[in-house]
Amino acid sequence: MIFPKLKVLKSHGWQYIPDLNAVELTEEFRGRPVLTTTDDMSDVEEAAKICPTQAITAAPFTLDLGRCLFCGECALRAAKNIRFTNDYKIGSTSREALIVKPGDESIAFCAEQVREEIPALFSRALKLRQVSAGGDASVEMELNATGNVNFDFGRYGVEFVASPRHADGVVVTGPISSNMAEALDICYNSVPDPKIVIVCGSEACSGGLYADSRAVDRRFLERYKVDLWLPGAPTHPMTFIDGVMNMLKLKTR
Amino acid sequence: MIYHITDNMAEAIALKDIPEVDYAALYNDLKERLQDERYHVAHYFATPDGTRLKFYMILLDDHEHKMMLSSFAMDYYEDVALPSLTALHPALHPFEREITELYNVEFDSMPWNKPLRFPFNRRNRNSTMDNYPFYTIEGETLHEVNVGPIHAGIIEPGAFRFVCNGESVLHLEIALGYQHRGAEHEFSSTTNRLRQTLLAEGIAGDSAVSHATAYSSVVEKLAHKPASEALWIERTVALELERMAMHIADTGALSMDVAYQLGQVACEALRTMTINTTQAWCGNRFGKGLIRPCGTNKPLTTEKVAMIRTNVAEIRRRYNEVVEDIKSSPSLLARFEQCGIVPKAEMQRIGGVGMAARASGVKRDIRTSHPYAAYASQIQHESIVKRHGDVMARLTMRCSEVLQSADYIEQLLATYTPTDIARPDYEVPMAAESLAFSLIEGWRGEICHVATTNAQGEIATYKIKDPSLHNWLALAIAVRGEGISDFPICNKSFNLSYCGHDL
Repeated sequence: MIFPKLKVLKSHGWQYIPDLNAVELTEEFRGRPVLTTTDDMSDVEEAAKICPTQAITAAPFTLDLGRCLFCGECALRAAKNIRFTNDYKIGSTSREALIVKPGDESIAFCAEQVREEIPALFSRALKLRQVSAGGDASVEMELNATGNVNFDFGRYGVEFVASPRHADGVVVTGPISSNMAEALDICYNSVPDPKIVIVCGSEACSGGLYADSRAVDRRFLERYKVDLWLPGAPTHPMTFIDGVMNMLKLKTR
Repeated sequence: MIYHITDNMAEAIALKDIPEVDYAALYNDLKERLQDERYHVAHYFATPDGTRLKFYMILLDDHEHKMMLSSFAMDYYEDVALPSLTALHPALHPFEREITELYNVEFDSMPWNKPLRFPFNRRNRNSTMDNYPFYTIEGETLHEVNVGPIHAGIIEPGAFRFVCNGESVLHLEIALGYQHRGAEHEFSSTTNRLRQTLLAEGIAGDSAVSHATAYSSVVEKLAHKPASEALWIERTVALELERMAMHIADTGALSMDVAYQLGQVACEALRTMTINTTQAWCGNRFGKGLIRPCGTNKPLTTEKVAMIRTNVAEIRRRYNEVVEDIKSSPSLLARFEQCGIVPKAEMQRIGGVGMAARASGVKRDIRTSHPYAAYASQIQHESIVKRHGDVMARLTMRCSEVLQSADYIEQLLATYTPTDIARPDYEVPMAAESLAFSLIEGWRGEICHVATTNAQGEIATYKIKDPSLHNWLALAIAVRGEGISDFPICNKSFNLSYCGHDL
């Protein structure tokens, strides 16, 4: 029957985001935090104490986005010192750049650290193999969403593929559970060279809540160089899109 | 009396008030009792207690809306085999398997005592992911297909082993544990309740609101500080938004697998709209940060109530059009109907829960059987139950529940005036030497969290049950006799959680 389909089509309308560079997220969204030093830092000490992943240090005052799960509790306890903005551009090629310091107005992407062959080979087509290793399925669903009708990251040739043999790199999500460590290694080794590693989600960047768990084995990250760190709990599709576009030199932050 | 009787809204129970009986007494009682479909086991676990191993059993009586608690104990190193309840009632298999895996307790005549999730603290270190004892069938015309642990899409890992005769599946066995990250252990190794709340939100990211509600409710019971009516209403709205988002996502996923692209993209857009509604409320598309013990940081405002009502009404209208289109497309019905059937008797036998069980005619719904939140006050919840137990039944179950959830949200918010709600309390003292549990009907089915506390009133043991623990077996049964090419739609029709199972 054609009429029900026409109805769906009419209501569906046009969902595609025309310009991915112009996207602004809702005010409520917790993205890049802004830190301010004050004379009395006791609130920050309180916030550091309750932080579930020890992402905050009071002296020197820093907040590590690679650990942060964006629960926002610190901003409630130290409202004068910590404020979350809706800036989703929080990915970087450098793990150190994820550590926010007072006065920082953006996360440095560190484009100079991107290997030359990455934009040269992959800027028009990048096929990725995602591997979940202890992830809670939310990062995985957000990665799925990057290809959906709204974000349509496929327009830049960036897509997820089924076989590592067809891929140019792996996207790791989750704290890397011991039971998955070997499979992740086999998958990475099946990707033809040159290849890239993207670490997606704060749990993947640092282990998150499971950083000290005995069920986690993060040696993969010691063996191979990470090309892109993407924090978030989960990583918003726009954080992924922004990070990958910067890596491919399709834009500069 | 071998049980302590309580209900889903009751406060924590002192450990000494839970009867400790002989295993034989409990075994003999359950042997008979579990034949009646009104009873099923919500949780059954062991935990070290000094030099002893203490076992707790939480039994649900759906007719009387009661929970029945019992316990037994044995010496930690005692070398006896307990008669297996799984041998009589297969529904108990995940519980007995877990007990054997963690504590080496043997169950006599247990038919399927295989590793459950290969946890880091398993007794038998020689048992590893690589040597899971898959069931095999020999025969010249048979072949095996191994899928996973890494699957084709962006999903979590698990190993599926099919035994096939040509195209048709004789047997499917599912080996899980790849996602094990030690979640339960992390709960008891910290006293930071914010950390525990975030652990709960990450048990299964697609059910963050449900698991966080279960955790918060456990804390509130242990603290003897029941949540206010307003807080329960806001949580109910969040729970139903989560249900809508995931049911819509799965409608889209099923559409994708049968190449019905219009339904797929329409549902993708509608799911985006639903989770963006949650994001506009609390700053996170999955509702992380919204549910907290004893209060909330994100109370509803008049503007947010209006925003949610407008969006939900629009999503409901447009989703209903997709449903109408599915129902009037014979090419879709041909794929979904009579595919992946789990008959009612089978679903009952294996202890299926939640929407998958209801699609097979087994009425398991915590919202009606053990009401909590607004289901205990403002909403007269009527469970939706289907008969056929096929992919179509699980799809139409989703279709009906999305519309029902939208109606509940509208009903709750139409008369809701935002009021002052307490801020979360992560320091509230909790009862010492007590047990509290909470059952929540997440979008997949019943979620059960159980905590026991030590003498200082901090969590000593934390046990989590995601509905997937029961329902993975239902998927294995659904694909028997089906063409292997129908596996994707059977799988999507359940959409079970790996991380919720592996913990």
